[in-house]
Amino acid sequence: MDKTHSAKSPSGDLGVTVNGKSQELHKPVSLAELIALNNITQPDMVSVQLNGEFVYKEDYASITLKDGDEVDFLYFMGGGNL
Amino acid sequence: MDFSEDQIIRYSRHILLQDVGVEGQEKISNGKVLVVGAGGLGAPVAFYLAAAGVGTIGIIDGDVVDLSNLQRQIIHFTEDVNKPKVISAKEKINRLNPDVNVITYQELLTSENALAIIEDYDFIVDGTDNFPVKFLINDACVIAGKPFSHGGILRFDGQTMTYVPGTACYRCLFHSPPPPNAVPTCSQAGVLGAVAGMLGTIQAAETLKYLTGVGELLTNRLLSFNAKTMDFRTVGTRPSAKCPVCGSHPTVTQLIDYEQAVCDISNRKKH
Ligand SMILES: [Zn+2]
Repeated sequence: MDKTHSAKSPSGDLGVTVNGKSQELHKPVSLAELIALNNITQPDMVSVQLNGEFVYKEDYASITLKDGDEVDFLYFMGGGNL
Repeated sequence: MDFSEDQIIRYSRHILLQDVGVEGQEKISNGKVLVVGAGGLGAPVAFYLAAAGVGTIGIIDGDVVDLSNLQRQIIHFTEDVNKPKVISAKEKINRLNPDVNVITYQELLTSENALAIIEDYDFIVDGTDNFPVKFLINDACVIAGKPFSHGGILRFDGQTMTYVPGTACYRCLFHSPPPPNAVPTCSQAGVLGAVAGMLGTIQAAETLKYLTGVGELLTNRLLSFNAKTMDFRTVGTRPSAKCPVCGSHPTVTQLIDYEQAVCDISNRKKH
């Protein structure tokens, strides 16, 4: 049942959904690594939801993504003084 | 409420809507809505709510109209430059629809005045574009049990969600403001003027839906769009037990004035 540690299917791939689009990962990665993989240049301006739950920044490095996880990068929208 | 013949004609396109009808229009006409910010978002919101005949529209903004505002803040005209935004907005609303009672607050929303001001309103619209006030509106509305519409725009993007007590609040998604130095400054930011209209009209529609009880509000969902691709996306959310203000162990129990990123664009006349 626990796919976290047995995610190495023959191909070694696991699929996650990032902002509604599926992404294949070739090895287990942490949320922090996923953020880097997705070229999020300003992580301070992003709030991360994992399967609909807010994730604290301090936990990005320690959370390993599982097959089927849904990650949403929610952008802080604003700035300047409009 | 008895509508005059002119009012029946004025609001006929609402009254014709099966879901709205005379009853719905009465709810709109009895509605009291506070628009925070008479800028890019507040302008279309206030215009559409005025046209719809919202009975009382409160507008809070401490700024004066700047020439650089006119590219998107459609409630202000060229001759309004240097005029307080709330006065300029009130004048246009009165001309568009004399049925509307406009209450102006020529000041900033702060931790001091927020609860007292929102108390008088049924629904609050966040038309600001700075995070300290966005969080202030969220916290004040959660604490006071008031529904509100969140809206944010940047460059070609827009984002909005609706809160009613019991649904996910802004802090459920964004626990705390971004560090001020990470927020794009005025000169870096920029926005396509029409994006403000796209988002503001969504917020106005949500307000009218709330007042009339028609349809499903944008609650427990965050709607984002990008005007370059015209992709709209809705992300499901839910109230977070860990939320600092609406969660099971709230740490935010009174209003906070967060540090504001300084706007140093040279052509802004602050004084
Ligand atoms: Zn919350």
